[in-house]
Amino acid sequence: MTYGNFKKGELKFEAANLTQLDRVLLDRFQRGFPLVSRPFAQIGAELGVSEEQVLDSYTALQQLGVISRIGAVVRPHRCGWSTLAAMAVSEERLEQVAEIVSGMPEVNHNYERHHQLNLWFVVTAGSKLAVADVLSKIELETGLQVVDLPLEESFRVDLGFPIQWRQNDG
Amino acid sequence: MWISAFPFSGGKTMAEKLDNFDQSLLAELEEGLPMTSEPYAQVAKRLDVSEDEVLARLAALQEAGTISRFGVVVRHRELGYNANAMVVWDIPDNQVSEVGQQFASLPFVTLCYRRPRRGEKWPYNLFCMIHGTCHDKVLEQVEQAARAAGMENCRRDVLFSGRRFKQRGARYGKNSSNRQPQEVA
Repeated sequence: MTYGNFKKGELKFEAANLTQLDRVLLDRFQRGFPLVSRPFAQIGAELGVSEEQVLDSYTALQQLGVISRIGAVVRPHRCGWSTLAAMAVSEERLEQVAEIVSGMPEVNHNYERHHQLNLWFVVTAGSKLAVADVLSKIELETGLQVVDLPLEESFRVDLGFPIQWRQNDG
Repeated sequence: MWISAFPFSGGKTMAEKLDNFDQSLLAELEEGLPMTSEPYAQVAKRLDVSEDEVLARLAALQEAGTISRFGVVVRHRELGYNANAMVVWDIPDNQVSEVGQQFASLPFVTLCYRRPRRGEKWPYNLFCMIHGTCHDKVLEQVEQAARAAGMENCRRDVLFSGRRFKQRGARYGKNSSNRQPQEVA
């Protein structure tokens, strides 16, 4: 997959002012980031730009919040324990309950979803027991029930996916 | 380079415990690589080991599948992916593994997991994520997935995301930093 391989008019988003280099750096290195002493230099050599240009671009993308990090995505349950959990929260309390949930350091994703169960979050900790403790704490602090939906079988883990750019964004 | 299907059995691999060094290494990388010319050397210095050791362990963890990918973690919403759906299905137990693998092979399914049902209020045992930029197109893709697996008549629901309250990488406890979450929308 090369970036920019998409159908015209398929996408609606307003792209940020990303350069061609930014786009390649975002798309192509979601997996297989070079494990060498100077990875940014290697990427630069591959793309025909300098190490400095690669570093500057990644630094800017991180500061802009377009990338959260360059690092490892760990397969579920290989390191510690995690679960997906959900709660049914009244609209009036949603922000307040979401704040309690987000305040737990073990919570790494926390989203509203449009359903009766409308608050969905992922809890990751060192052990199954530690995860259960976090869920109990959330129940205690909110007075609401938490539905615990741990993974039982994986068919596709996070491998990243090709980013689709709108044709005239470049 | 992109593999559209990667079926395997997960969730039963607790036996494969990581050693202390691997755990420290993953914890050290929770915030990502430092943006410097020799980032692995800097990580190695913090762990008081050699750069070669860090590189070798990361390669081994990738090889073993413990690290499912090593690279850029994109925040898709910032790139216009605003139609992100969690699609949940009530698949007969004896077909769920096969159907899960079929869903996982579809190019637009970005995650696919089996999870337990929780009574009549939550009868769904199979979860797919579709990251999309267009609400209607995602709904078409859900139809397409149902047809591909012959599951048009199964009970299902599509939960689009609303507000994002928090998004960042996972932390595993050991040696984790106590820094404030970087991203609270």
